[in-house]
Amino acid sequence: MLLLIARRLGLGLLVALTVMTLAFMLTRLSGDLAISIAGPSATQADVEIIRKAYGLDRPLYVQFFSWVGRAMVGDFGQSYFFKDSVSNLIARRLPITLTLGLVGLSLALIISIPLGILAAVRENTWLDRGVTMFTMVGQAIPSFWLALILMIVLGLNLGILPISGTGTWQHFVMPGIVLAFTAIPALTRLTRSGMIEAMASDYIRTARAKGLSRARIIFKHALRNAAIPVVSIAAVQLGFMLGGSIVIETVFALHGVGYLGWESIAKNDFPVVQAVVLVLAAIYIGLTLLSDILNALLDPRLRTG
Amino acid sequence: MSALLDIEDLEVMFGGRSAAVRGASLQVEKGETHCLVGESGCGKSVTALSIMNLLARGGRRSAKRMSFAGTDLLSLSDREMARLRGNRISMIFQEPMTSLNPAFTIGSQMAEVLTRHKGGSRTAALERAVELMGRVGITAPEMRLGQFPHQLSGGLRQRVMIAMALMCDPELLVADEPTTALDVTVQAQILRLLATLKRELGLAILLITHDLGIVARVADRVSVMYAGEVVERAPTAELFRSPQHPYTRGLLSCVPVPGRVQRDRPLGSIPGVVPAIGPGFAGCAFRSRCSHADASCEREIPRRQAGSAHDYLCRLAPEFSEPQPA
Repeated sequence: MLLLIARRLGLGLLVALTVMTLAFMLTRLSGDLAISIAGPSATQADVEIIRKAYGLDRPLYVQFFSWVGRAMVGDFGQSYFFKDSVSNLIARRLPITLTLGLVGLSLALIISIPLGILAAVRENTWLDRGVTMFTMVGQAIPSFWLALILMIVLGLNLGILPISGTGTWQHFVMPGIVLAFTAIPALTRLTRSGMIEAMASDYIRTARAKGLSRARIIFKHALRNAAIPVVSIAAVQLGFMLGGSIVIETVFALHGVGYLGWESIAKNDFPVVQAVVLVLAAIYIGLTLLSDILNALLDPRLRTG
Repeated sequence: MSALLDIEDLEVMFGGRSAAVRGASLQVEKGETHCLVGESGCGKSVTALSIMNLLARGGRRSAKRMSFAGTDLLSLSDREMARLRGNRISMIFQEPMTSLNPAFTIGSQMAEVLTRHKGGSRTAALERAVELMGRVGITAPEMRLGQFPHQLSGGLRQRVMIAMALMCDPELLVADEPTTALDVTVQAQILRLLATLKRELGLAILLITHDLGIVARVADRVSVMYAGEVVERAPTAELFRSPQHPYTRGLLSCVPVPGRVQRDRPLGSIPGVVPAIGPGFAGCAFRSRCSHADASCEREIPRRQAGSAHDYLCRLAPEFSEPQPA
């Protein structure tokens, strides 16, 4: 088990290094940074001054290693536009994105797992077909559309929830629902198919032959096995939710990390862009590690790997 | 004395179209090893599963009588039936590799049978598990409690299944081809184990198999199944000595029996395959493969007696000479 964790950690570090390199390279490929920082009305002399001031005149590898070296200790430099350190910016924005992601994932799990189980134990009934239909429609609904509909119905017509901002917990309800909706179809279908497979397995026949109660057969013996793929996908989904919540953060004016990244790309604020990419990658790596550990806990066959 | 398990005219339908079992009758006495033999697809396993009410979805059973120790199994609710399973009737399966849940330890899977049916503490249940694992010949039983199924061999897993089946001291063990997936040496060990358990615990065993060698070795009585019907029932020695149904004779001619097979004569075989039996089928299901068949085989076939505990389903009168290949 420890060996497994150590191995996955090492792998995670390698991935992080790769992401750092890529993030650095891609921002450099997007054009001459000194020119875009200086703006359209700047003279050649201004550009040269900026180039020197930001250290952009140094060779690329020097820039890269100085960035990596400082990033290792949490120093991502200064934002060019926000007049603040990148670390501060991210520290302020990250809780919003994390809250949104966790609310979204919790909602998604609370809805999709029972729904998947229900559909599986009632396989081929109208209930099962209804759930399948729901997941198909859910998959097809764009999140910005759902966000707008919710804003109109819950926010404007009924007036029970605020439609934008981050002031109270109520502000996270609608974005959370919309974000959850991006994961619910996949998680529901995964739970359903996992449960159907488990319920048809030999060990469930054994559990029934042992005279166990139906609840114990479904929730202990079948769910434990069906949960393994769900956990893997849920971790990846949370990664998508955190990284891909830009649309939702924009629609609901939640100033999270996704929104920050989007703003910074538009303004060529590359220290922020690099840091956002790195933070999201780190979260992704952490989630993958977490899902590996959870899977090893759920499935003893993976523990020796 | 009425039998421990008494099944009369069992019918099992799948999806209302094809009948997997068509009027099978079967009696298992207290403390006997009863073999149900027949080739693949004849309805042996379906019969076993329908006793446990574990038929796959879409399977429906009906019978004139289906009683266990005087209890009518057909009238039990799902909940009452679950109380009987694993408790008074246990079952083990053909697939030891996949019959245990990969996610739980051997100890927890064994203990839950006892705590479910008899209550008591988990510790007591684990002690019982250790005792039974020792009894079925598992070495280092304490160590096994914390192990997972994938850490055990097929033979060991089948022993775990047997020990698990014995947790509540059942009166009947239904064993569906328990040795088919195992090596020949392990097979012999498991059969010897079942024989010992039967003797020492007074356990009745309904052993489902297609292997006449196994039948000869362990069975007290035999029911031969063909195309969803029990075509012949007899004590083992009598069945091997004077089989009456042409199908039983055919089966016996397919396996070498020391002293009866001549060196230069080839082993027999039964021509053709088990026919698909549609609804409204009448008469003998074996007639298309039988050398004795005539027009009267298409009518209702009487059950004939060939001894006090020996009967068979054929129009031919009993014959007590040495059997000829069909």
